[in-house]
Amino acid sequence: MSSFKFNEENEKKFNELLKRYPNKASLSLPSLWMVQYQEGWISEDAMIYLAEKLDTTPIDIQSIASFYTMFNLKPVGKYHIQVCKTLSCKLCGSQEIRNHLEKRLGIKFGQSTKDMKFTLSEVECLGSCGTAPVMQLNDDYIENLTIEKLDEVLDKL
Amino acid sequence: MIVKIVSKNFDIKDSHKLEVALKHGRYSSLKKLFSMKPDEVTQEVTKSGLRGKGGGGAPTGEKWKLMPKDHPKPSYLVVNADESEPGTFKDRQIMEFDPHLLIEGIINSSYAINAHSAYIYIRGEYVFWAKRLNEAIKEAYEAGLLGDNVGGFGYKLDVTVHRGAGAYICGEKSALLESLEGKRGHPRLKPQQKEPEWFFGGPTVVNNVETISSVPFIINEGYEAYRAYGTEKSPGTMLFGMSGHINNPGIYELPFGVKMKDVIEQIGGGVKNGKKLKAVIPGGSSCHVLRADEIEDITLDYESLRAHGSSLGTGGMIIMDEDTSMPEVMKNLFEFYHHESCGQCTPCREGCGWVDKILAKILSGNGYKKDYDTILDACDMLNGKTICVFAPSVAFIANSYITKFKDEFYALLKDS
Repeated sequence: MSSFKFNEENEKKFNELLKRYPNKASLSLPSLWMVQYQEGWISEDAMIYLAEKLDTTPIDIQSIASFYTMFNLKPVGKYHIQVCKTLSCKLCGSQEIRNHLEKRLGIKFGQSTKDMKFTLSEVECLGSCGTAPVMQLNDDYIENLTIEKLDEVLDKL
Repeated sequence: MIVKIVSKNFDIKDSHKLEVALKHGRYSSLKKLFSMKPDEVTQEVTKSGLRGKGGGGAPTGEKWKLMPKDHPKPSYLVVNADESEPGTFKDRQIMEFDPHLLIEGIINSSYAINAHSAYIYIRGEYVFWAKRLNEAIKEAYEAGLLGDNVGGFGYKLDVTVHRGAGAYICGEKSALLESLEGKRGHPRLKPQQKEPEWFFGGPTVVNNVETISSVPFIINEGYEAYRAYGTEKSPGTMLFGMSGHINNPGIYELPFGVKMKDVIEQIGGGVKNGKKLKAVIPGGSSCHVLRADEIEDITLDYESLRAHGSSLGTGGMIIMDEDTSMPEVMKNLFEFYHHESCGQCTPCREGCGWVDKILAKILSGNGYKKDYDTILDACDMLNGKTICVFAPSVAFIANSYITKFKDEFYALLKDS
């Protein structure tokens, strides 16, 4: 038995989505998203819960969760900063943005601050090449980044 | 040069709201659509010559014709909004500024293939755009434009937004369907004969957002109106993108067949900071890179780019100025491919990583001339030995960088 449980809202959403797909299995990605929004990350406990809910095995859920890079399999900071490192952003100066972030937050990419306020990740193309360089602050895109703009955003957090 | 078919409402304030969208012609194709037979819709789209705009350029009508008429399982329409190809950012414009055009296109296309369930598979990072789609879908349901009785014409259609979670390979249609079935996004083996895709055993059409969004115009105005734009073999328009070292980056709807050089200079405003052009990737990073001297007489259509040894892809051009280091560009792209290889086939999983490592060695100043040949060898290993086209395209683009910019690579290499 797992100690994780969907909250009421997610339980409702889950049941609504069930009607939309020909097979329950389709709900694995939407369910993992719901867990992540509810908890901030996806624990093994939650995977056991989802396995029961989706009539499959925990290992199956884990194999799915570990394939997709956006699922956090360990806790991340309150603010998850993900900077695009692919070509158009690189050509438009994403390296300076990355250097500045590391310096300002005192951590390297792939790390979180001790107080778990920030996590820094580098990610592949975010599909925002026309407004490069770009980063994600949790779910939001911050486009046409400059160091000044970045500082302005971070100052408010 | 610019035409506005798909992008017609992009500049209108609040164009994403149903009320505004209705005023500007959205859902106006439904009356005509439901007066036609599904086959006639497919016929119209076939005649228009509409080609898939997600990168492959396959004729849309031909794809629809593959759907069996008497299959015991229901049919499905899946919209590919997993836009992840570096340099591509066009579908999000449609979802941001005219989501009702996409929904109208989905109604048109679903009717043609007799699908009563449609899914929009959107990349996980596009949270804002998924929300916007969901709001638009909600509005459409409330207005009776989706649901049990679409527009009062007695057709049932449900549309569901399904978020991916950060896997480039899910843009490949069979991997997308695997993912939609709740599994890892591993591409499927391809059948020998032409057949539709399958979602839980039901016949399925997978089309790109822009392709689907082009359908309402064709239904409304007729195939000849669509063919009035573009070339004989590449009819219509496409949302072309420009990014990188360019003065006016962005998305512009252009008819096929315009000169690439004119687009870069006149619409893109030329290379940033008055520098000279060095190279262009024509349509997303998986296309052969082109040197500045190669683009002189290239026009933006499938045939011209193919004739010049590259491809049109998604139409997202990445422009690079004279100071760009091509070995670094190639390294950057190989970090991408190394990270995004799904890992199913050994040649791809290992090969992309090898090339990435060799490039790192070369860039750190420790490369030898024989490393150059090792990359060529790796290209051989990657090509034609895997389930999907990821590895062959990686092989081709690796080849294009190291042969076209051989001097730059050689300048970094020691003799022995």
